[in-house]
Amino acid sequence: MANFSQTDDSVVVVIGSGAGGGTLANELCQKGIKVVVLEAGALQSQASFVNDEWKSFLQLAWLDPRTTSGNWRVAKDFAGLPAWICKTVGGSTTHWAGASLRLQPHEFKARTTYGDIQGANLQDWPLTLAELAPWYAKAEDKMGVTRTNGIPGLPGNNNFKVMHAGAKKLGYKEVHTGNMAINSMPRDDRGRCLQLGFCFQGCKSGAKWSTLYVELPKAEKTGNLDLRPESHVSRIEHNEAGKVTGVVYFDKDGKEQRQKARAVAVAGNSIETPRLLLLSASNKFKDGLANSSGQVGRNYMRHMTGSVYAAFKDPVHMYRGTTMAGIIQDEARHDTKRGFAGGYEMETLSLGLPFMAAFLDPGGWGEDFAWWMEHYTNLAGMWLVGEDMPREGNRVTLNAKVKDKYGNPAPNVHFDDHDNDIAMRNHAFAQGEKVYKAAGAIRTYRTPPYPSTHNLGTARMGASAATSVCNSFGQTHDIANLFISDGSQFTTGGAENPTLTIVSLAIRQADHIAKQMTARAI
Amino acid sequence: MRVINIASRVENGSCGESNGEVQRLALPLARREFLKGSGLLMGTLAAGSALAALAPSNAWALELKALTSAQGDALMKMGRVLYPHKKLPDAVYALLAKDLDSKASSDATTAKLLKDGVTALDAAAGGSFATAPAKKQLELVKAMAGQPFFAAVRGQCITSLYDNDMAYASFGYPGAAWDKGGYITRGFQDLKWLPAPSLDASPKPFIG
Repeated sequence: MANFSQTDDSVVVVIGSGAGGGTLANELCQKGIKVVVLEAGALQSQASFVNDEWKSFLQLAWLDPRTTSGNWRVAKDFAGLPAWICKTVGGSTTHWAGASLRLQPHEFKARTTYGDIQGANLQDWPLTLAELAPWYAKAEDKMGVTRTNGIPGLPGNNNFKVMHAGAKKLGYKEVHTGNMAINSMPRDDRGRCLQLGFCFQGCKSGAKWSTLYVELPKAEKTGNLDLRPESHVSRIEHNEAGKVTGVVYFDKDGKEQRQKARAVAVAGNSIETPRLLLLSASNKFKDGLANSSGQVGRNYMRHMTGSVYAAFKDPVHMYRGTTMAGIIQDEARHDTKRGFAGGYEMETLSLGLPFMAAFLDPGGWGEDFAWWMEHYTNLAGMWLVGEDMPREGNRVTLNAKVKDKYGNPAPNVHFDDHDNDIAMRNHAFAQGEKVYKAAGAIRTYRTPPYPSTHNLGTARMGASAATSVCNSFGQTHDIANLFISDGSQFTTGGAENPTLTIVSLAIRQADHIAKQMTARAI
Repeated sequence: MRVINIASRVENGSCGESNGEVQRLALPLARREFLKGSGLLMGTLAAGSALAALAPSNAWALELKALTSAQGDALMKMGRVLYPHKKLPDAVYALLAKDLDSKASSDATTAKLLKDGVTALDAAAGGSFATAPAKKQLELVKAMAGQPFFAAVRGQCITSLYDNDMAYASFGYPGAAWDKGGYITRGFQDLKWLPAPSLDASPKPFIG
């Protein structure tokens, strides 16, 4: 591992090592650019991951203080845990399920396609699918996405068999084991999936793509990577000219450190990224960095979500095998006849017994709850994930009343469901129940949203500096050497799991940064 | 998952199979620490049950540090009202009492919340919540829904009752899969009561 000087102002500092940061770091290193990755979390490995839901949660999840407000149910059920994302090297690519879907063409043009929806702050992306397609292709190859590059699909588990049987009976056409960044056969020096069933707890076999053991080791081999775990960035600094010059961070001993930089890329996931920009407010940038539009922290999206669990007369053992084992894509289209704009995906999901108790019906108790737990082996489950409406009022702000251990204000996550989100969720719940009834379910259950895993939009890209934070390369409109490198860039959310798009944007951004550096534009 | 160390207790006067020596009475957690504690919960697992096989003995005992035996007993009963599982033995509900006791012993506010809560339950039951009829117990617990005491006990139930080896065994959840090589050769697609998906939808597993 390289060890660059803290006063070396030729390095690019990347904050965060997940899908965006970890990928960007490797891509830059491959191009010969020196990179310092500052990761707030500690270093784990395939050996240290544990097949135990609560233990793993304590090992990987971001548990620093956060607060919530708004009418979303997460604020009631998980007031201090708005998001289930990670604080560890590799970020949430340790925890993600592996679903790797491209956004659909119309989803890049949400404002044009959906029109002016009241209470929504829709915009078109400053990018089209055609422009992003070559980068998607690179990402799919890098991640080893099934059903691309000649890689076969994964074998479906019992949970998928149930979904598939119901979906087919219902007349759905697009039903298969998904496009997954999980090896169905050995590839890229990683083995094939062992069907462990602990995808959310860090993949112990390494079959699932993660920056932790794919991108970062490759970056390290170039000699251009200086990865510093347990380094929590609290502030980005700038000079008189308004260019960023470096960052302030706390090391693992809680000691304040400074790292100089030629450019800074922020990839802290969509809660910490805007928080850091806001925490970096100065006399020159009173509302925070890159915030002349006032959009930093706004348009927070978390995808329309919900789950349906169903009990059957016979055993399913849904916990066996990949967590997200298959998908129904028929509802992903935009078709307002259903009573809402945008679409949603239906993806199998399973939880172990401990998390089933925690998430089936948060706050629930009594005989009915006990009935569901006693039918655990006979349950099948699916997650519903669709496009939610960006709203200016849905935002991440600094909560001066709650401080983290460094004395900085905690982020507050405010979210009000849009009517479109509610209409879509109700439709998705009904369709999910129909799928399982068609497969012979004796009972079905509508499980409310889990803490957010898809956090998006809080530093959105756009064509206009007046209404967005960064351009299509994630370069902030206000500060040329400051980049947004995670899902915060998303202009709108689309229906698809966002990781593949985050990785594609990071590869494209690395290319842009390298060109800008060569041209001495930054 | 937590593995319950149900302490082995040799029945009074019984002798070891190997040499016939009469063994020391080894009341779990008791002996040295018993006098320090304020309460003790005890019970037995049904002999011959699947769960008894997990334990070295069918007798169990848990010491309480901050709560009395009566308070611990009331909290166990409340746990059973909240999450009524006939197949879970008292030993699992005792974990709830144990975990609440542990919180109470390190935090005076929690201790007061729990003690006052049990007192209120007892008062509402007209004496003893623990011995009130099941229907009455349910009414009393329901009436407390939303209160901090109720929330504290209910919230603790989620981890105490469902994240331990006895609950795993009772509900048919095997827990960790890595040490067994996953499910690739152990039935991840063994469901036979529905038609199999096409090979397009679900290709065969890769066999090296």
